[in-house]
Amino acid sequence: MKHLLSTERIDPDTATAILDTADRLKQALLGREVRKLPTLRGRTVITMFYENSTRTRVSFEIAGKWMSADVINVSSSGSSVSKGESLRDTALTLQSAGADCIIVRHPASGAAHRLAGWLQHTNTSVVNAGDGMHEHPTQALLDAATLRDRLGSLNGRRIAIVGDVLHSRVARSNVHLLHALGADVTLVAPPTLLPTGVQNWPVTVSHELDAELSSLDAVMLLRVQAERMHGGFFPSAREYSIAYGLNENRLRLLPEHAVVLHPGPMLRGMEIASVVADSPQAAITEQVRNGVHVRMAVLYHLLAHEEETA
Amino acid sequence: MKPLLLKGVRPYGEGDPVDILIKDGVIAEGTDDNAEVIEGNGAILLPGFVDLHTHLREPGREDTETIATGSKAAALGGYTAVFAMANTDPVADNAVIVEHVARRGKEVGLVDVHPVGAVTVGLKGEKLAELGTMAKSSANVRVFSDDGHCVHDPLIMRRALEYSKALNAVIAQHAEEPRLTIGAQAHEGENASRLGLQGWPAAAEESIVARDCILAKQVDARLHVCHVSTTGTADVLKWAKERGTKVSAEVTPHHLLLTDDRLETYDPVNKVNPPLRTQADVDALRQALAEGTIDCVATDHAPHAVQDKDCEWSAARPGMLGLQTALSVVIKTMVQTGLLDWRGVARVMSEKPAEIAGLTDHGRPIEAGEPANLTLVDPDATWVVNGAELASVAGNTPFEGMELPGVVTTTILRGQVTAARGRIDA
Amino acid sequence: MAHQIIEKTALDAPSAPDVVLMGIPSRGAPLARRLAEKIAEFSGTTPRTGTLDVTLYRDDLRRGPTRPLETTKLPDGGIDDKLIILVDDVLFSGRTIRAALDALRDHGRPQAVQLAVLVDRGHRELPIRADYVGKNLPTAKSEDVIVYLDEMDDRDGVLIR
Repeated sequence: MKHLLSTERIDPDTATAILDTADRLKQALLGREVRKLPTLRGRTVITMFYENSTRTRVSFEIAGKWMSADVINVSSSGSSVSKGESLRDTALTLQSAGADCIIVRHPASGAAHRLAGWLQHTNTSVVNAGDGMHEHPTQALLDAATLRDRLGSLNGRRIAIVGDVLHSRVARSNVHLLHALGADVTLVAPPTLLPTGVQNWPVTVSHELDAELSSLDAVMLLRVQAERMHGGFFPSAREYSIAYGLNENRLRLLPEHAVVLHPGPMLRGMEIASVVADSPQAAITEQVRNGVHVRMAVLYHLLAHEEETA
Repeated sequence: MKPLLLKGVRPYGEGDPVDILIKDGVIAEGTDDNAEVIEGNGAILLPGFVDLHTHLREPGREDTETIATGSKAAALGGYTAVFAMANTDPVADNAVIVEHVARRGKEVGLVDVHPVGAVTVGLKGEKLAELGTMAKSSANVRVFSDDGHCVHDPLIMRRALEYSKALNAVIAQHAEEPRLTIGAQAHEGENASRLGLQGWPAAAEESIVARDCILAKQVDARLHVCHVSTTGTADVLKWAKERGTKVSAEVTPHHLLLTDDRLETYDPVNKVNPPLRTQADVDALRQALAEGTIDCVATDHAPHAVQDKDCEWSAARPGMLGLQTALSVVIKTMVQTGLLDWRGVARVMSEKPAEIAGLTDHGRPIEAGEPANLTLVDPDATWVVNGAELASVAGNTPFEGMELPGVVTTTILRGQVTAARGRIDA
Repeated sequence: MAHQIIEKTALDAPSAPDVVLMGIPSRGAPLARRLAEKIAEFSGTTPRTGTLDVTLYRDDLRRGPTRPLETTKLPDGGIDDKLIILVDDVLFSGRTIRAALDALRDHGRPQAVQLAVLVDRGHRELPIRADYVGKNLPTAKSEDVIVYLDEMDDRDGVLIR
């Protein structure tokens, strides 16, 4: 694997291999005093974040550092990026400066693909850490890792993704990955928050959360971005919360083994009731923990093998 | 001016090869021993092409195209007249700018450059530009458009249509309901949705076209619809024409050939406004052009600098080169599919656009006494598109690397050869 | 080998060191378990076992396709102050053992580390030697030595080719 740009058309064996690696890394680091592996010593990993995301950036940074890579963070303020340098020039500069891997978060869908295209004749790998409304593959991988921890295999499991699917890169990456791993995905959202052509995605679509709950193995809540709330996609935060928020009553409708996921940051009270977020069924802190191991695994699969220039 | 003799050419691709004599810029009878001979070798003779929709970028973005380079591209593409869109910098919303563009066009002399005037001041859609002054200027403007922007205020559009009647002009509308296309990046369909690109819904075009057709009928004015891109728009046009609306429409070569499958790579060379649509739309547009619901082909030739294309999709500017590839794409999509014969090509590339713009010296029959604005086409030759080799300053062609049919062998403007065998001849 | 280990470590003596057999996956792991069983059988003392995956410590990761990671399982009580005996199937260049020593260091501080291998085929590239050797097998560098174990391969055997 040279780049990780999306989970679309991901080979289930590759996905499983990354998840297995993440498991083993977790195990290898369990209870150790020295949480440092020499695996990526001398490799340089650069995170390039054009959107703020402390959570994802820190997760990648820790992942790189625990594997002894040199991790350098570039943010859009305080760099040439804010001086109007093009994405292409920034990427080529970082590559020339010796980046073995560029981890990019960008508001434009496809930015990571473009980056990979510009770097195609180099040995630099690209990881998509979220591009616009397109994909966020490592989030999907860490969600899958968390679900595997709780449920074992994902094959045949019923998983609902609830909320703003239209604008969600997390939803897109999860639909592809969960489908590849054999899960049965249901998207639950008002019609205004569902993408065009969703009827041809490998999912079931529902507008009624309550009708789905009793048969679910997991429910994944999506973030409702503040700017959407005023965009007329739904009448009010109150009405959204009534129809799609995961409250205590709805938690009772879920089977006991069912897992509650949220990519964070959470809007408590609106998308998810505080009691639910803090319930034993919620795996939200595990998601964060698994995030580090999954990202270590991704770096391992990208950087710890012979060079590819395809 | 030395007479020209086109030897062995087939007007409209019909009948046996004949010889055509050109004297004093006009098609003449008989023959002339002193004439310079152009061997036709059975090439197809068509009236010189007329492009209602060209962005020549001068003044303002001479780093992407100039009137000189755009004129070369036009001549090489078989065009004898082009309409230069008003979205220059400064905007062509006054007599000074349109006269400048017309004058530069004449100085270059490779193609008749007719400036299009803006409908509203600064293309802002708020206040009518001085249409009358532009019409009466030496540039003699007869086509007005805010292209790139939609005249979305229905009252402004109504007034523009009404006012243009006295000028014997036409309002060319870029139909895009702005509220429905906030942040729009690509055709609202499965591809854009999967790739996370904000959708540009067909309804945003169709609703404006429907509204404008109703307005044009109400005030009995002439409306021209730019770059039709959807099945629904073709349906609306058919309905409007049936009820006697004075509406005409154009389709671009790229909308006749390419689809939103091109989005997959996120390469902005495929970004254009209106966006590439689906195969069903492509099929419907070809059909509408063949039937005459869509009157003509216009290139929407839109040169862009490398830095405005070699970037992330949403930061890229929309638009594609078109002048040198238009004929080949029309041959590929309309002639080779049996939808149009060469008379049909003459109609959609030359006669209809000339008629819509009120040109009396282009798109004329190939007959003695008519102005010698002509294009010779070798229909059997093929060529491979290479953006870097095109005459435009910019190289943003979506047809890069494609092998296309049909080569313009000679372009003649008022009896003067402007381009021959891929070279400018001036 | 079990006898050698019992003799050399005196693990059945009253003040014996706390011996842990750490198998290096994949084939070192079942070998370590087998050795532990034999030691128990011959001495009456069952040494603890564990597995130590050294992949993340290898210096040749960039010389081939991605290597899958194997399990690391330390015995209860960890490895601090224990006598660790690394167990592997074939000793060749010594690089795997170098990686294993690095890995051990990150897991704790053993009292001592020893090495047991089923086959020593020579051609060392590092100053490493085994404390217990099942069989010394002179080979050419170009030859491959493959160990089959019933637990993984449905048969026992050593193949040179």
